[in-house]
Amino acid sequence: MRALLPVVTVLAVIVGIWYLAVAPMNVRVALDQAERAGEVVLPEGSVPRREVSVWRLMLDNSEHVRLGYTLERPRLPTPAQVGQEFWKTTGEMVAKGRPWSKRGLIYHGWITLQSTLWGFALGTLLGIVGAVAIVYSRTAQLSLMPWAIISQTIPIVALAPMIIVLSSQVGIEGRGVPKAIISAYLCFFPVLVGMVKGLRAPDTSQLDLLRTYNASGMQSFLRLRLPASVPYLFTSLKVGIAAALVGTIVGELPTGAISGLGARILIGDQFGTPLAIWSALFAAAVLAGALVTLLDLIQRVTLKRMGMAT
Amino acid sequence: MTTQNVIQAKSLDLTFQTNDGPVHALKGVSLDIAKGDFVSFIGPSGCGKTTFLRCMADLEQPTGGTITVNGTTPEEARKSRAYGYVFQAAGLYPWRTIGRNISLPLEIMGYSKAEQAERVARTLELVELSGFERKFPWQLSGGMQQRASIARALAFDADILLMDEPFGALDEIVRDHLNEQLLQLWAQTEKTIAFVTHSIPEAVYLSTKIVVMSPRPGRITDVIESSLPRERPLDIRESPEFLEIAHRVRDGLRAGHAYD
Repeated sequence: MRALLPVVTVLAVIVGIWYLAVAPMNVRVALDQAERAGEVVLPEGSVPRREVSVWRLMLDNSEHVRLGYTLERPRLPTPAQVGQEFWKTTGEMVAKGRPWSKRGLIYHGWITLQSTLWGFALGTLLGIVGAVAIVYSRTAQLSLMPWAIISQTIPIVALAPMIIVLSSQVGIEGRGVPKAIISAYLCFFPVLVGMVKGLRAPDTSQLDLLRTYNASGMQSFLRLRLPASVPYLFTSLKVGIAAALVGTIVGELPTGAISGLGARILIGDQFGTPLAIWSALFAAAVLAGALVTLLDLIQRVTLKRMGMAT
Repeated sequence: MTTQNVIQAKSLDLTFQTNDGPVHALKGVSLDIAKGDFVSFIGPSGCGKTTFLRCMADLEQPTGGTITVNGTTPEEARKSRAYGYVFQAAGLYPWRTIGRNISLPLEIMGYSKAEQAERVARTLELVELSGFERKFPWQLSGGMQQRASIARALAFDADILLMDEPFGALDEIVRDHLNEQLLQLWAQTEKTIAFVTHSIPEAVYLSTKIVVMSPRPGRITDVIESSLPRERPLDIRESPEFLEIAHRVRDGLRAGHAYD
């Protein structure tokens, strides 16, 4: 409960800045609308107004500034507008008994969540297997690690369309698989790095001790390295699942997908409906928050049961 | 083997190749340790006392000379689980309870569940930690953790106990107490103990044989057979006999340092 006050404070500051920013961001659109309604606006005409700064426009037309807070297609919607739109596409849909409507965010969020979870599972598996290989084999360390690092320097937006094209070439129908691959591509790296660190966490004397017991490699892996890596694994998983979600959304963006949060963002952009973009963004943030919180809970319970609670 | 020598080292050499040239961690080290001996190794840092212990445990490979443990090579001795090793850090697994930490070697060596439980209970009693079986390491003090790590080394009934500064990180009062307990334990179990330490009183109080070592190259400068009785109350440390041995150890250490 003590953490609540700082969180609320930060939230209040963000919302405050957001509300303040709406005025300059929307003033041009608001003045165009006022002018069309027959109001007097300084200077006249939307083309001459482009030469004038937003601050000047706000000063000269202060009575029209508040119009910017109620626009239908604002440059920057207010938090309240985003909240309304979000509710309209989630809670209201449920209230109407159509939670899975394709116009609602629950459906699109579910599509994105599925790919995220598949990508997360695949990326985590790859990360763990890669880490084990790197820790146990010097060859793997020398050959795998540079590629893992290089892979993260390639912008995912450049790679995503290629993955989609290639997977349709090899006969994979639908976008679920390529999206999961893109998602896994972003997700495996934090898991790999965290697991390498975790598996190497036991110090020399602990490894020596197992040697004095004449323990096999498998025994020391299962009894020492693996449990020692668990706290590191969870930290990586939390980064990884957020990355997996970003990967999925990126995978939905440039690929002509019609369902998923990324598709909603792109369609909102193409049809000039910023409210749709913002509420999809909001849905993505809620989803990410929920996933990370869930992992955090699992981490707490697991570490507590292992006696490693901090 | 007709002799009762548990460990026999003959002109043992160990040279590490480093970027600054070879480092002679051990040079011409010869020593016999008889069954039931309590042997302390004392000397300044870099004198090779830990390295020597690690050679006995097959954790380092000597580059020259010979060493046998129980009449076999250190590797065979390690594989037959002939010794228990205690490190300076207790090194208990934080995710295992004290009881499960002690059963770790037993699990690895394939003892049955019943046998594990029986041995854990027995060794916990030996180090006076009965009742702490279900506690996690962080719930115990440093001294108790080190006792648990000794119990772990005792659990599989190896005849040899190799201890590398086990009480080095503990305060004086805890140390005195553990020294006393260790002597009782040694008397009860009749194990052969090799014990590395920095402390002269600790070495003299515990040992039947004190090996004084000196660095560059790591070598033995003096071997002192203790004339103290096996039964040793703590106040034996004020007796003239004790002080005399301590004096000889200090002389040996000083002689090893004469050149610097």
